[in-house]
Amino acid sequence: MSNSLYGPLHDVAEDAGYADPPARAGFFTDTSVCIGCKACEVACKEWNAVPDDGFALTGMSYDNTGGLGASTWRHVAFIEQSRPREVGDGDGGTRWLMASDVCKHCTHAACLDVCPTGALFRTEFATVVVQQDVCNGCAYCVSACPYGVIDRREGDGRAWKCTMCYDRIADGMEPACAKACPTDSIQYGPLDELRERARARLDELHEQGVAEARLYGEDENDGVGGDGAFFLLLDEPETYGLPPDPVVTTRDLPAMWKWAGGAAAALAGAVAVSFLGRR
Amino acid sequence: MPKRGGERAMVPRVEFGSYYGRPVLKRPRWQAPHLPGYLYFGGLSGAAAAMAAMADATGRGRLSLTGRVTAATAAAAGSALLVAELGRPERFLNMLRVFKPTSPMSVGSWVLATHGALTGLSAASGVTGAAPWLGRAAGAGAALTGPVLATYTGVLMADTAVPAWHEGYRHLPLLFAGSALASAGAVGMAAVPRGQAGPARRMALLGAGLELAAAGTLEKGAGMREQAELISEPYRTGRAGALLRLGRGLTAAGAAGAFAAGRSRTVAVVSGLALTGGALCTRFGVFYAGLASAEDPKYTVVPQRARRATGA
Repeated sequence: MSNSLYGPLHDVAEDAGYADPPARAGFFTDTSVCIGCKACEVACKEWNAVPDDGFALTGMSYDNTGGLGASTWRHVAFIEQSRPREVGDGDGGTRWLMASDVCKHCTHAACLDVCPTGALFRTEFATVVVQQDVCNGCAYCVSACPYGVIDRREGDGRAWKCTMCYDRIADGMEPACAKACPTDSIQYGPLDELRERARARLDELHEQGVAEARLYGEDENDGVGGDGAFFLLLDEPETYGLPPDPVVTTRDLPAMWKWAGGAAAALAGAVAVSFLGRR
Repeated sequence: MPKRGGERAMVPRVEFGSYYGRPVLKRPRWQAPHLPGYLYFGGLSGAAAAMAAMADATGRGRLSLTGRVTAATAAAAGSALLVAELGRPERFLNMLRVFKPTSPMSVGSWVLATHGALTGLSAASGVTGAAPWLGRAAGAGAALTGPVLATYTGVLMADTAVPAWHEGYRHLPLLFAGSALASAGAVGMAAVPRGQAGPARRMALLGAGLELAAAGTLEKGAGMREQAELISEPYRTGRAGALLRLGRGLTAAGAAGAFAAGRSRTVAVVSGLALTGGALCTRFGVFYAGLASAEDPKYTVVPQRARRATGA
């Protein structure tokens, strides 16, 4: 129980109470081969019957989805960058970054920690899923997620997010987004295996001279104990709309209760003191 | 930075990367007046219950009755606001299907349910005169749940990814405790004859002092771990800053009035209203500061980058 709120945790499903769980499932999203086709967004909507979330144009880029939300469980970011052209800089000038974002299925999931109804739960695959027949729409998870992933759906009133296709993976199939991805930018599998594959891919890119390649969310010593869905990025996380160093809010919960306990005692003491002395 | 005409920016603009300036965090779905209203009523109910129990113990009948009725009414009003805030209000009882120590809202739901039942009993007994021993016992119980109800809301707000709320986890419970004391004291000194309202006036004074001190440290970011100046900025600027400044003025005026309220019922009522207004402004200010903090990616990105740079 020592690392149940914060820190590295190897047996995530066991910690949640499963006796003999399958290997932890994960996504490795290698953005260096993403072509921005958005097949993942479409496949996710189709398989999970996620309603549309408007047909507005953002006007900022080829990304007209904007970000993850109650009705967007995969989101393809599109970033156009211009660099000054230099002599010998073969493909310099402009580059496009594309990245398919998704719920991180954190080792220490703040959404799950703060959910007051038990609607959010840890599956045997160590993923995080909302039980829609339990959620009462209190929206605590929305404010707790350090990645801004989960949201409440307007008109429906409940919180929704990626389930890592719980129904598919329970039947031994890969999630719809990974299945549809034409370049294998989205890879699904046992998390340990994916981490090894990602490190090999990172070495390969560094050898090719892509010095800016880095992994995001694979480190179990980070603020959320590592992500079940992690990424290979070609720029700083915030360029993609990701927080550079997220920390699960519940890390500080014991300290918070201590301050609240002190404040409650102060309140009671102040009332008692007010009744001292003459009437 | 180019120098023109001898002018130069004294405060460097915050440089940070983002995805087209879009927020990293989701905008909290909690709304006004529901959430800040609940914070006010929860605090009022908690402190009023403690006041009523002490008034019982010291034989102040009118103050006790006022405290009991206030505690029960405010608990009911707060509960109604909480239920109305849900996306699926008809499922509010799902709050009580589990008890989760990691969820301040779960803990708070159980505290509110217990406190609501106890204050309801003690108020019913106080008003009807039936089963006075039961009323006193329930009131004594509510004096235990009350201080928890008034302060757990600080944890409720702080246990989020919203930087201004999260980093305020030391300040918010004390701020809400002070504000709750002032709120209950305000009702007591306005509603009870001057002769019995002495403790209420002292509660109002102590509460206003604590509220002003805690708000001051929160607005300065004193005690916040990193980038305190930046993370506390939403408490000083915009709608939240204006509300907190107004609240400070009202609370200070109400406290000054509470000094003189022993001599005039009119002064007691006016300063009670000022303290109530101050407490409401405090709650709405804290709420809007969180919205501003979540909506601008700089509050998320800059402190996290700094943390990564220092390896803390």
